[in-house]
Amino acid sequence: MRRQCTDIDVLVIGGGAAALAAAIEARRIGCSVLLAERAPCHLRGGNTRHARNLRLAHLAPTPFSPGAYPPATFWSELQRATQNTADPLLGQRLVEGSLAIADWLQGAGVPLQPIAGHRLPESQRTVFLLGGGKTLVQRLYAHAKHLGIEIRYETEVTDPLLTGGRLLEVCCRKAEYKQLRPRAVIACCGGAQANRAWLARHWGEAADGFINRGSPWVTGEFLAALLEQGAQAVGDPRGAYLVAVDGRSPADDGGIVTRIRGIPEGIVVDQEGRRREDEGGDTASTRYALWGRRLADWPRQIGYLLLDARGLRAAPPALYPPISAATLGELAIQLGIDPEALRLTLDAYHAAIRPPRAPGDDWQALGLLPPKTRRAYPLVEPPFHAYPLRPGITFTAQGLAVGPDTRVRLANGGVVENLFAAGMIMAPNLIPQGYLSGLALTIGLVFGRIAGSEAARYVRC
Amino acid sequence: MSVAKPFSEAQRMLRICAICNYCNGFCPVFEVNVHHPPTAATLAHLAHLCHGCRNCFYACQYAPPHVFAVNLPRALAELRHQVYLDRVWPPAGRWLLDYPFAALLLALTSGWLLVLLAILVGTAFDLGAPMQTGFYRVLPWGLMSLIGALPLAWSGLALAIQWGRHWRSIRPPQARGLMRAWWRTLPAILSLSHLSGGGVGCNDRDAGFSQARRRLHQALFAGLAFCLAATLTAALYHHALGLSAPYPVLSLPVFFGTAGGVLVCAATLGFSWLGLTGDPEPRAPRASHLDLAFAALLLIVAASGLALLLGRASAWMPGLLAIHLSSVWALFALLPYSKFLHAGYRALALLQESLTEHETRGD
Repeated sequence: MRRQCTDIDVLVIGGGAAALAAAIEARRIGCSVLLAERAPCHLRGGNTRHARNLRLAHLAPTPFSPGAYPPATFWSELQRATQNTADPLLGQRLVEGSLAIADWLQGAGVPLQPIAGHRLPESQRTVFLLGGGKTLVQRLYAHAKHLGIEIRYETEVTDPLLTGGRLLEVCCRKAEYKQLRPRAVIACCGGAQANRAWLARHWGEAADGFINRGSPWVTGEFLAALLEQGAQAVGDPRGAYLVAVDGRSPADDGGIVTRIRGIPEGIVVDQEGRRREDEGGDTASTRYALWGRRLADWPRQIGYLLLDARGLRAAPPALYPPISAATLGELAIQLGIDPEALRLTLDAYHAAIRPPRAPGDDWQALGLLPPKTRRAYPLVEPPFHAYPLRPGITFTAQGLAVGPDTRVRLANGGVVENLFAAGMIMAPNLIPQGYLSGLALTIGLVFGRIAGSEAARYVRC
Repeated sequence: MSVAKPFSEAQRMLRICAICNYCNGFCPVFEVNVHHPPTAATLAHLAHLCHGCRNCFYACQYAPPHVFAVNLPRALAELRHQVYLDRVWPPAGRWLLDYPFAALLLALTSGWLLVLLAILVGTAFDLGAPMQTGFYRVLPWGLMSLIGALPLAWSGLALAIQWGRHWRSIRPPQARGLMRAWWRTLPAILSLSHLSGGGVGCNDRDAGFSQARRRLHQALFAGLAFCLAATLTAALYHHALGLSAPYPVLSLPVFFGTAGGVLVCAATLGFSWLGLTGDPEPRAPRASHLDLAFAALLLIVAASGLALLLGRASAWMPGLLAIHLSSVWALFALLPYSKFLHAGYRALALLQESLTEHETRGD
């Protein structure tokens, strides 16, 4: 028999890692739980579907990560990455909560990738999911179903009513309006990166040039509605984690493979044919986010990575074939760049190149603005190739301010006693700026668990 | 479907896989793919390195209905079928591979006619007279052996040619230590280690992990080994001990034959159940037809063998014997044009990996 959805203890809004962890935790304590996921079943899981690894503290080597990563180290790295803007109380709960996550995941049937296979980048900081985020999503949904959590797909929750420090009711849209009065609500529905209007409000026309790397369902309407009702905002409304992706990527859901990885092998010009940044300045994986942020401020948010035949051979494989031509002039015409302007850029670049003088030296192009400080090879071997680059948005950086128990705070002081938040909707408490790899999933799981047990405790009291 | 399509589709997907790499813990296909982005030559090898565990399909963030439409298990199953067609000998065998149920019917009918003819010839010339016992009254020993031996010899030749063609196309340039490589590969072949997926089991029917296909494979393998043992012990009884069939219930040939028959029946029914009830999305229809037809043929052989054992003292014996013999004829004749092909292709893929790995380590 189907439970009446008007009589539930805990309503979980969202369908990614945070929502699943919250629902499972609350259900294990004995609450009746309804999980409302906006996406259809086959695309469930929000951006967790595109996740790969999670950052976990551990005190000794495990089958999944070597060495140790003490919580204190985790916390100091988080402070450095966010320039000391992370909430210290929540930070404490995050790094300590992360100690138990590997066991929790395995207990729920989620496979982690052992390091014994030597197929992974050696990392003491992050643990890799066997098969990536979608496997985690599949396993946790199976586990949730097994525990008796009611799961509704294509179900959007709207119109929260906040009065007297309580969330009184919400609407549950599936075919028709249905008013719900759950005893507690956990909001795990992420940021607003898929919301074009939201982006346009903060970025103006530049937002048109963004590509959404993740789920098209993360549009932040519930977040906006809560803020309107008096919930306290945290983070930067204009903040966003942007990554340089192929300009031809699908508008949503391109995930990890749309990144352009070969930037150090060539030069990057804007639509006017000018270089704007040092392509050799950062060759670590942090370069993706650096370039994403830069492109957001370029004319029409577009850049072109130019490579000659050597550069293409040296660059890692890419999703789409490059745009190619026999000469740079022809390539410029294909890209809609003035060939003369591009020729001037390349002449200046070539004139500045200094081959290595001693073994261990790199090719450099110094004495021009901007310089290219590493891998500054001439672009001389035909054919010539171009990849169009655009900023790919991963998540936005405005969310709900929460207390250490994940209860949502009110702008005029106090909290909403039966409203909790976990995952990227409250991540801006911890990362109002900056990012560390694997952090999103850890925030989702650690605070999902906390929110689930706090909500259950509230309902049971 | 054009000849090139399975290749270009698999190539397109593996290119995405080589960038994403989330599945690299599941199976060697992804490891090889990272080191050597796929060319047409390596694709044929990769296709057979895939054991169809489907872990990667359910883990894939780009699985249909995503616009990238990555469905690697299906693409590689298509490709395996295409490789079977490309290497088949003689070329007419393509037809048998593409219409496996028609091939099954054809083989059974021709087997039936042949057995009837043999019985008529045997009776007309009274060839069975020297051995007035049991089965040989119906069909003399010499003719019965021919019905098995002739198609088996042909199939041995055809399989050697097809597998040989494949090995020449995939073997590493300087393949040294081939015998040692076989020894290294044998445990993986026998234990079907890749049918445990990435160590968590396969996705045999849906997104849940399972060991069903691996266990069924082991059961089928053991069943066929028992059937072989039954034949060998029967030959020993016949030639060395001078004992003529049928053998008593408590004899080695009957024991092995019964155990083998039961195992083969159970395994083929299990495979068919997985094939018919599982998620069709990660499967290639024409490859699935080949699977089902082969399971059906093995089931007919095993079930008719068991029926013959039960009915051997009854008046039904000649009919049951004819059915069993014609199904054995069909099985032996169809080996090089059936799912049986995969055994050699898979073994060679593992052998190739073992040789390549060893050479890399040796450098």
